[in-house]
Amino acid sequence: MTAPLLEVRNLTAHFARDAAARRVVDGISFHIDPGEAVGFVGESGSGKSVTARAIMRLAPEGSPVRWGGTVRFRGEELLTLDAAAMGDIRGRHIAMVFQDPMSSLNPVMSVGAQIDDILMRHTGLSRRAARRRTIELLDLVGIREPAQRADDHPHQFSGGMRQRVLIAIAVSCQPALLIADEPTTALDVTVQAQILRLLMRLRRELGMALMLITHDFGVIAGMVERVYVMNGGAIVETGPTDALFAAPQHEYTRALLAAVPRIEPGG
Amino acid sequence: MTEPKRPRSHGQILLAVGLTMLALLVLLVLFGPLIAPYGAAKTSPASLAGPSAAHWLGTDSIGRDVLSRLIVGGRGTLIITFTAVAAALAAGLILGLASGYIGGRTDLVIMRLLDVIFAFPVFLLAIAVVAALGPTLRNLILTIAIVYTPTLARVVRGPVLSVKRWDHVEAARSVGIGEFTIAVRHVLPLVISPVLVQTSLTLANTIFTVTALSFLGLGPPPPDPNWGSMLAEARQFMELAPLTVIGPAAAIVFASLTFVVLANGLRDVLDVAGR
Repeated sequence: MTAPLLEVRNLTAHFARDAAARRVVDGISFHIDPGEAVGFVGESGSGKSVTARAIMRLAPEGSPVRWGGTVRFRGEELLTLDAAAMGDIRGRHIAMVFQDPMSSLNPVMSVGAQIDDILMRHTGLSRRAARRRTIELLDLVGIREPAQRADDHPHQFSGGMRQRVLIAIAVSCQPALLIADEPTTALDVTVQAQILRLLMRLRRELGMALMLITHDFGVIAGMVERVYVMNGGAIVETGPTDALFAAPQHEYTRALLAAVPRIEPGG
Repeated sequence: MTEPKRPRSHGQILLAVGLTMLALLVLLVLFGPLIAPYGAAKTSPASLAGPSAAHWLGTDSIGRDVLSRLIVGGRGTLIITFTAVAAALAAGLILGLASGYIGGRTDLVIMRLLDVIFAFPVFLLAIAVVAALGPTLRNLILTIAIVYTPTLARVVRGPVLSVKRWDHVEAARSVGIGEFTIAVRHVLPLVISPVLVQTSLTLANTIFTVTALSFLGLGPPPPDPNWGSMLAEARQFMELAPLTVIGPAAAIVFASLTFVVLANGLRDVLDVAGR
């Protein structure tokens, strides 16, 4: 058995602003192997997004979080890493795709410049070389006429196209782990499927591990090999996707599965 | 956000008028000495003469051409104004961004220091500084820059407090972009609209402050003419030669109005919420 890419032990998170600090992640442990796709399912407030942010060490602005436990990435502890070293890992080795593509891009920079910046930050490419790579990336995520589109600003893209841009940003430096936090929640159903297919394809082509966070079991199906079900800041059930779908053990898992609207595939 | 093509709005018209007026002022600054029909210090035998073909706005008490002095003096006044506001803007951007973005204790210290400056009446502070350091051009500019820094810093800080919580800032952080780069490239450009409006208003105020200080004799030393000192000299001959007062007074109002109109146009066009 290979060493896990990411190993989380006994992770806790408190929102420290409240007088009685609120514990939103309650001692969870999990691991993700290299190249593996893992799903995190749970309703809003179950702690799954905070868990993802713990790996990235991103605290919501204005609400300081105290982390506890260990988060080891390739054997290196992330929770105590200094800010500069953490900055080298973010975007380079672990990257994240956010929920809302409408607000996750800088509205006053061209999308190309936003990708150039990250490439220059992590790979030391010149601006010109970075732009060539940017155009390749936009092409990779399925944006037509990437060379022209690179100079467009976010408001000139549709929601689905913006999510593709965000995915291009996230995979720009070929991270070992891609965290997708509700990547399709803000999108139309038809676009959702395209984005999920894109994530699948990139994962295969770039050999990334994928941590897919969602409230929707329908998104997980066929995407990931293993699932963690979260509720109230704890992992209530885990197992291979097929087994979990076939025979959910925990009543919360059964309730979530029952909440998935059934859409039978045509044909 | 959709952008339907609309007929020119009120704001666009104001902006166009303001920019035209600003262009006139900039031409004055750039080419003043070339446009002026006479040298600013050149005297003619006729003192306090009325308007004539030779002297469109007449002459002052020692026979200098009023129009020429207006043009050359305007250049002096406007250069002081632009330089002082540029300095205040630079300081305001740096302090406001640092204060709002870093927050916490840094914010507290910067804002309390600026409050101290803010609490002084503009003229009291200006008179104190100029009296202490001497009425030189540099001191005048420095004083005005200091006086208007707090206003601009606050206008920067406010929206920074909100923009720094936007999703794209977290997204930039999540790919390893450093805090300094985030502040400068991902926050600052989004707070520029209200800052532009406030800068324009500050320019309007500064015209008044500069001319008022010059009127009181705290401006750049003679013989360089400027609108404030021209008013002060002409005051006693107001009844004999009204144009010597009306000229600079009208020029001051025009320059100030330019920036007020510009500010209102910018506010409408850039959709900055009214305060």
